Formats: sequence, structure tokens, C-alpha cells
Amino acid sequence: MKEFTYRITHPNGLHGRPAAGLVTAARELDSAVTVQKGDKRAAADRIMALMTLGVVQGDTVTITVEGGDEERSLEQIKNYFENNL
Amino acid sequence: MNWFEGISLCPGGAVGPIHVLPALTNQKGVSLPTVEEELERLEAARETALARLEEQRAAAREQLGEEEAEIFRLHALMLEDQDFVETAQKAVRAGRCAEDGVREAEETFAAAFRALDDPYLQGRMADVEEVSRLWREVLAGGAGRLELERPAILWAKECSSGELIALDRDKALGLVVEHMAPDSHAAILVRAMGLPTVTGIAPQKHWEGVYAALDAERGRLWLEPEESVRAALEQKCRQAQARRRELERWRDAPVRTRDGRTVTVCANIGSAREAALALEQGAQGVGLFRTEFLCLDKERSPGEEEQFAVYRQALEAMQGRRVVIRTLDIGGDKHPPWLETGQGENPALGLRGIRLSLKRPELFVPQLRAVLRAARYGKAAVMFPMVTSPAEVRNARKLLERCRAELEEEGLPTGEVEVGVMIETPAAALMAGELAEEADFFSIGTNDLTQYTLAMDRQDPDLQGMYDSRHPAVLALIRRTVEEGHRHGRRVALCGQLGADRDMTKTLLQMGVDELSVPVGEVLALKEHISGLELSQKRE
Repeated sequence: MKEFTYRITHPNGLHGRPAAGLVTAARELDSAVTVQKGDKRAAADRIMALMTLGVVQGDTVTITVEGGDEERSLEQIKNYFENNL
Repeated sequence: MNWFEGISLCPGGAVGPIHVLPALTNQKGVSLPTVEEELERLEAARETALARLEEQRAAAREQLGEEEAEIFRLHALMLEDQDFVETAQKAVRAGRCAEDGVREAEETFAAAFRALDDPYLQGRMADVEEVSRLWREVLAGGAGRLELERPAILWAKECSSGELIALDRDKALGLVVEHMAPDSHAAILVRAMGLPTVTGIAPQKHWEGVYAALDAERGRLWLEPEESVRAALEQKCRQAQARRRELERWRDAPVRTRDGRTVTVCANIGSAREAALALEQGAQGVGLFRTEFLCLDKERSPGEEEQFAVYRQALEAMQGRRVVIRTLDIGGDKHPPWLETGQGENPALGLRGIRLSLKRPELFVPQLRAVLRAARYGKAAVMFPMVTSPAEVRNARKLLERCRAELEEEGLPTGEVEVGVMIETPAAALMAGELAEEADFFSIGTNDLTQYTLAMDRQDPDLQGMYDSRHPAVLALIRRTVEEGHRHGRRVALCGQLGADRDMTKTLLQMGVDELSVPVGEVLALKEHISGLELSQKRE
């Protein structure tokens, strides 16, 4: 299992288009990706759970990658966050 | 002859037979399917709905652009969401019908969004509702309810934006819909499509096929209209169509009178989405962005993030043209439920506009901060309503600068913001010289200026024909405002109803008004009208 933390800079937070993009990106990976805010967790390929995490600009989230090619998955998801969120 | 009155969402006219769209209701008690059959029906409907979302996405991309199409991708992901789908399936397994299953999923997830802290995220509840509605539509066999056989005026209880996108514009003459919020995505779409629409009239099944005339300008639907009404409206429709084509050429043209005076024509808007329409209709800016929609009908006051997102959207949509954001003009007769102030006996003269904002910094500060942050995405201005003294403007400006300093301290970037004063009280007009020293520009609000100058309530039916913005006293105050503004080198705009009164355009421009801001649908016609005017007094 690998993880990293990330501070959201997108003004609208994690919902709408950036959330939709994250689901699409997570689906393409062979690892299970989860996003955690506080004590709430959501699988990154589930849009409703992701959006109801209520992640807004300035929040810090922890992203976990488990199973499959973890290194590659981590890098791709990290890339997505850095470019879109 | 029968006629009904509703609220116009998009002006225009239509004449033709009514087609009542089947309602999206539960079809209970038709038969008693097994749980397995019902689960299959639920799943089949979901797949059909997904296919339709894909079609709608393609159609939206083509007609409205990539941005508008994104919403359908989000909706598809929601409809594929395992948690969402399982909630519906679980209800069906417990013995309920497929429609109830969808409602259960809708309520569960709408509640989850409602429980969030952030008002903007709470608003995503609408997406859950929209997706669920689509799913129910398909279940109700309404998949093709908008596949029209012949041109008709459509009459429905509710109508989703997805359905509207799929509508055959040649066959849909007009739309009468019982429920459609003026601020909803669907309402924005009907305006973008130019589909004459009236809301607030309940559909009645037995009117299917009845010949009708829709005067969406006045919000009226006539059933079996008299020949004279019909002919008049038919002619109006034909003329309106010809007119629309004629006006197109003014969209990108600058506005200059025949004798060479350049005039700016802007739009008044009441929601961020309307900004895109304003640009499309040739507006050279937004002269008045009313922000009351952020609060009325809401359960609490709007937060900074929500407002930031809204202002940014409007500024981006206007692509560098100025957007004048009027700070909250609530209090008085516009009184949201959460506003805990007493309502005096005479609300028009009470704690409202800038008076309320200055007294309630917990309302005002988030708005100023949101404007400052959004200003990075375009050319932004704030404008204060109901000003009566220079001190009010000074205090508001001080607060604005304090907000800027605080934002910078927090590391949040801000942009340039012009400060304007609305001239809508006789006091403000009489003190225009002093106010000009505090403000970057003026905008004359003729509706309130008339009400306060004449001491006449615009809404009072007994005063009809007496309330008159052309009254010499009102015009004298306008003239004074323009003169004092110009003496201090300030731009003077006018954003009340008088600006759209074409009989008065010449007079106002002769007085020196620099900019007229009118409802979105009036922009093109006003541009054309100004281009034909000659302002200088003819010699000989």
C-alpha cells in the first residue's frame, strides 16, 4: 500500500468536472484508489461517495493506492491531482 | 374563450395545437411483477438512460459547446455509481417497485449532499435529482415523450434539461410547464434555445390537441383563441422571427450614433449562467448583476466560496468585458427567511441595501471577499445600492480594502475591483458631486429613483398611469447626476427600466448618459436603435 497527501487548490474543490475526471482516471488503474478526508473515506471510482466527502479548496486529503502496479498507479493519480486539483 | 396566466421564462409567441406530455409518475397497481422482473426493468431503464445521456452529451457538445456537455458526463458517472444503483436495487429487493427504488436512491443521496457544510456542494443535490428524474422518465415509458409527430405547444408538469436538449426545435413551438425555477439549468436552456416558455400553469389532460396561442411575452396561454387573438399572435410570431434575423448583425458591432457618439450597451443579469447569454446577445458588458438570487429562497446566507464560484463563472463567461456586481439589495420587501431583522412598517424606507450591508458585516464581508478573489478572472466592479451619503461609500470602500489586506495576508490572490454607486435615491442624485469623489462610476437605478422621487409605490395598482419615470423631476435628477459625474470625470451608466424605453433613449443620450444596461433580450434591439439616432440638434 502506498499513499500521499495533497492540498486541494481548485476553487470548486473535489466535485463536478474534477471529480468526474478522477473517477475516469481511477477506473483505468489496476489498483484500488481511496481518498480520505478526516475520518471519511471514499473509493476514487465512486462519484457519489467522492462528492459527498465534501472536499473544498484548502482541504488536505490522503490518497491511498493498493494492489496491482502500485508505483505506476500512484504516479498517475498524483499527476492527476497536481494537474487538475 | 379561456386563458391562463403564468410567468414568462423566455419571451416569444406560438400558435398551434397543445400536446400534453405524459407525467413522470409512478405506474402503480398495473400488474404485480416478481422481484426479479422488477430488477430487470430497473436495470434496463438504467441502460437506456445511460445511452440517452451519451446522445445528449453529443448533442450538447455540438449545439452548446464542450463546457455545457460536461454535465452529462457527470450525470452518466452518477448513474453508474455502485452505491447509488445498489440503493435502488435494495429497495426493489425489499418488494418495492422500480420507481420507488429510484426515489429511495434519490432521497438517500440528495440527503447526503444536503448534509454537507459547503453551500456550493449542497447545490449538487440538483444533479442527483436530475439523474433520478431521467431514470424515472425511462421507467415511465416516457423515453420518447418528446418525439413529436407534428408541431405543437408542449404542456408538461416538469421538464429536465436533458429532455430539452433532445427537443426537435422545428416541432416544439413553445413550452408551458408547471414547475421550472427561473434560475434552473432548464430555464437557462430554454432561453438559450429561444423557446417561448411560460411556467406556473398546471397541465390538464383533456386539453390534448386543443388549438392554443401562447403569448410568452405576457406569460399568457389562450385556449381556442378568438380569430383576432390568433391572427394577431401569428403575425407577431412571423414578425418576431424576421426581426431576430435582422438583429443578428448588431451582435458584434460597436454602437455609435449617426453623429458619431459611442455608447456602451450592457445587460442586466440575475444569475451567472445568464452571462453567457448576454455575451451571445451582443452585450458589451454586464451593467447590473443582481446577487439576490444567492439568498432568497435559501435556508441561510450565502457563503464566500459559493459566491466566489458564481462571480468567477460570470466574469469568465464575459471574456474580459466588465461585470458590475451589485452587492446584496435585500431587506425591505425582499426579505429572506434567515435575515433576522425587524421589518418596519414601511420596508421601502427601512434597513435595506448598503444600510443593511454596513450594519451586518457577517453578510457583507463574504460578498466583498468573493468579489475580490473572483476579480482575477475578468474585469470586475462592485456597486452599492440605496446609497444616501458619501460616508456610506467611504465606509464600504474601507471595508473592501480591509478585506483585500486580509486576503493577501492569507495568501489568497485578489484582482482589481472598481467601485460604483447606484444613484436611486433623490439624496444620492442631489449629492452626486460629493459622491463622485468617492466612486469610480455611477449607475442610475431609475425604478427606485422614480419611486422615491415621486413618493409612489411602483407595485400599487391604484397608482397605475401616475408612476412615471419620465416625470420632469426624475429627469432633472438624472441630468444632475450625469453633469456632476462628468465634472469629476466619472462614467455614468443607467440600469433601470427607463434604459429600455426607446422613446427616451435619445433624451438620455443627449443628457450625456455613457452606458445603458437593459435586460438581455433587449440588447440587440437597443444597439440597432441607437445606431439610427442623431443626437446633435439639427441646424436650420
